[in-house]
Amino acid sequence: MADFTSKFWEWYILILVGLSFVFCFALVIWMARGKKPTKIESHGHVWDEDLEELNNPLPAWWLYMFYITLVFGIAYLLIYPGSGVFAGAIKWSAAGQYEQEMSVADKKYGPLYEKYRTQPIKAVAANPEALKIGQRLFMTYCTACHGSDAGGGPGFPNLRDKDWLYGGQPENIKASISDGRNGAMPPWGAILGNEGVHHVSEYVMSLSGRKVNEEAAVSGKEKFQQLCVACHGVNGKGNPALGAPNLTDSVWLYGGSQAAIMKSINDGRSGRMPAHGEFLGEAKVHLLAAYIYSLSNKEPKAAK
Amino acid sequence: MTQDGNPADKPEKGKEKKENTYVPSLIEAQAELAALRARSNREPARDGASGRTRPTGSQRIPMLAEADAALEALYARHKKVYPREVHGLFARLRVLLASLTLGLFYGLPWFNWGQGRQAFLIDLPERKFNLFAWTFWPQDLFYLAVILILSAFLLFFFTAILGRVWCGFTCPQTVWTEVFLWIERKIDGDRMQQMKLAKMPWNREKLLKRSGKYGAWILFSLWTGFTFVGFFTPIRELAVSSVALTLGPWETFWVFFYGFATFGNAGFLREQVCTYMCPYARFQGAMFDPNTLIISYDKARGEPRGARGRIVDPKSQNLGHCIDCTLCVQVCPTGIDIRNGLQYQCIACAACVDVCDTVMDKMQYPRGLVRYTTENALEGKPSHILRPRVWAYGGLLVAIAMALVISVLLRIPLGVDVIRDRNTLYRETPEGLVENVYTLRILNMDNIAHTYQMSAEGIEGLRLLGDLERVTIDSGQVRELVVRLQADPVNLKDRSSHVRFRVQAEDSTKLVTTEEARFLGPVIR
Repeated sequence: MADFTSKFWEWYILILVGLSFVFCFALVIWMARGKKPTKIESHGHVWDEDLEELNNPLPAWWLYMFYITLVFGIAYLLIYPGSGVFAGAIKWSAAGQYEQEMSVADKKYGPLYEKYRTQPIKAVAANPEALKIGQRLFMTYCTACHGSDAGGGPGFPNLRDKDWLYGGQPENIKASISDGRNGAMPPWGAILGNEGVHHVSEYVMSLSGRKVNEEAAVSGKEKFQQLCVACHGVNGKGNPALGAPNLTDSVWLYGGSQAAIMKSINDGRSGRMPAHGEFLGEAKVHLLAAYIYSLSNKEPKAAK
Repeated sequence: MTQDGNPADKPEKGKEKKENTYVPSLIEAQAELAALRARSNREPARDGASGRTRPTGSQRIPMLAEADAALEALYARHKKVYPREVHGLFARLRVLLASLTLGLFYGLPWFNWGQGRQAFLIDLPERKFNLFAWTFWPQDLFYLAVILILSAFLLFFFTAILGRVWCGFTCPQTVWTEVFLWIERKIDGDRMQQMKLAKMPWNREKLLKRSGKYGAWILFSLWTGFTFVGFFTPIRELAVSSVALTLGPWETFWVFFYGFATFGNAGFLREQVCTYMCPYARFQGAMFDPNTLIISYDKARGEPRGARGRIVDPKSQNLGHCIDCTLCVQVCPTGIDIRNGLQYQCIACAACVDVCDTVMDKMQYPRGLVRYTTENALEGKPSHILRPRVWAYGGLLVAIAMALVISVLLRIPLGVDVIRDRNTLYRETPEGLVENVYTLRILNMDNIAHTYQMSAEGIEGLRLLGDLERVTIDSGQVRELVVRLQADPVNLKDRSSHVRFRVQAEDSTKLVTTEEARFLGPVIR
């Protein structure tokens, strides 16, 4: 803040405000002591033929309201940090109020989350009450990327299926939420060239049993064995320790068309799951992990 | 009406000019009185605006608080009005209406409809409103708007025909003030005793009476505040926690807040609410016409006013029927003199009609020197009750009321909202189908639990997936269901297609709602 403002302006405003108070007090006193009307007369303003403005006196409590307003204004500036220079008698601040409300809420709702923290995730995942809480947490913190149904989208993994980049055991899921994940596929375009990228893509598609150009696939396999096996493994089954996807199934994080696969090889991909451990606290992460674990352990059925 | 004007009424003013009779207003009179005293009657009082000389004679109206009538500063000190007690037809009518409205207010929250269900309860934490057999939800706010419009038209309708009857007989400000005045009379005595007590120095009697009066007012006010909160919090629980002193902070605040508002409005502000604060008091003039019932003093019959013996024939003394007893001024709760013509302060309570009738009876003159009449009738022209304005208000009133009744009867107590996921436009499944995700928010507004069936249509071969088996929702509960729609891209005619979700209760074909949504996907050509 201090980079953009200087104390000068705060004092400038405060002095203006102070002068305004003095002016307003003087004005009210001066106006109230005006000449006494001995007769009710028209001000001479006439509308709509015969609507006249008369100098009827206002009730006295009206005058007191002016004073009350002014006293309120001064009291406000003394109690709250309205002046900028002085923090106010009760040291109120928006951040302070936020923290206070959060601590009240933590005291109130903390135990609700806390009681599940010590139970194993599989047990929590079988508790419908806990799953309701977990679903609400998911709706608040996760749907923006993973979708309301946890089905994911291009670039964001589906959490409902049995395919897991970093492993589907409860502790893997919890670690993904808590510490986040960085999935990096390096770009190979410069090394492979356009033709190389095409050949490798043909081979990759053949891994999941799709129809491909045999010749190109053979050439692609050679390059795959040199460059890709380090992460994706000799059989292309992937490696959960690195988050390298299994290339032999029908699940494609960035799309399964040949164009999408070629783009992945050529330009690389970078996926980031942010760490939520510090932000949410362990109890909430525990509940979320249980909810997500429960999703892939039941299969929703189709209606009609 | 003039902005702050005392000679308020247009037609009266016009007539005044025509007949060139002097009709003073209250404050004008007070001001002049003060000026008169200052000059010790050295010169005759003159009307500032026209220079007309006032009619001579002592027909001045004794002011309500004449003793300190002089204006001290630019701002006027409030003068307490001490309305004299009045008996008669309209006073009885007001007591009757006050009993009805207050009885409704204090009694209704205690009334249950069904087992432990308060018949009238605006449950804010649960966001529902019990009205006898019905339960309304925030989604039904529309009905509230219609009811408010209906109330406004009722007000217009009655004002056009009967003038300010609302103000005089049923307005909460009038009704509660009436109760407070009654308490005041029981403790302080009648008008003269009240005024005497006010001037009295602080002694034992005054202390006792004042503490008694304020004590009674405070008790009544707190009961009012308690009842008001009882419309929002179950009143039986509220009563228990009030007695046990375990009221929540907000309940305590509102009980005392409404208690204080009642105490201040009905005890002290009284007629000032009507004259300075109430907007309706000001704009009702726009609804008046020469056929509207108003309370009016029959000047042709009453003037010239003056005291006389009961047996004297007024004609022989060149007097009208007004004996200038000023009782009409003493009973007025807003402190005006009805003989000055229609004024914006007049709340049409008809206290002056009642009291003048008793005087006319005593004098053996015909009743109705001050009466409910219309401007046309006063001028000897025919008055019409049924006129275009009344037909228009009445027609609208009937139309809106019928629309309200029909829509409440046809209301389906099932609410469905479809919220489309915003994060992805669509996704492709491994089988090559296009998938969209929606959240269905289903609200069971009925009084019993229902099991619902869901379906979707709008695209060939559309499939609805999700946790849809036996979706049972309890009465008054909301369930959010995440569902997916899948369609083959070859069936998509457009990048955005209309789809319809249909939610139906298993046990009733009437409980069905359809809701539109959009399905996004690629177009394959």
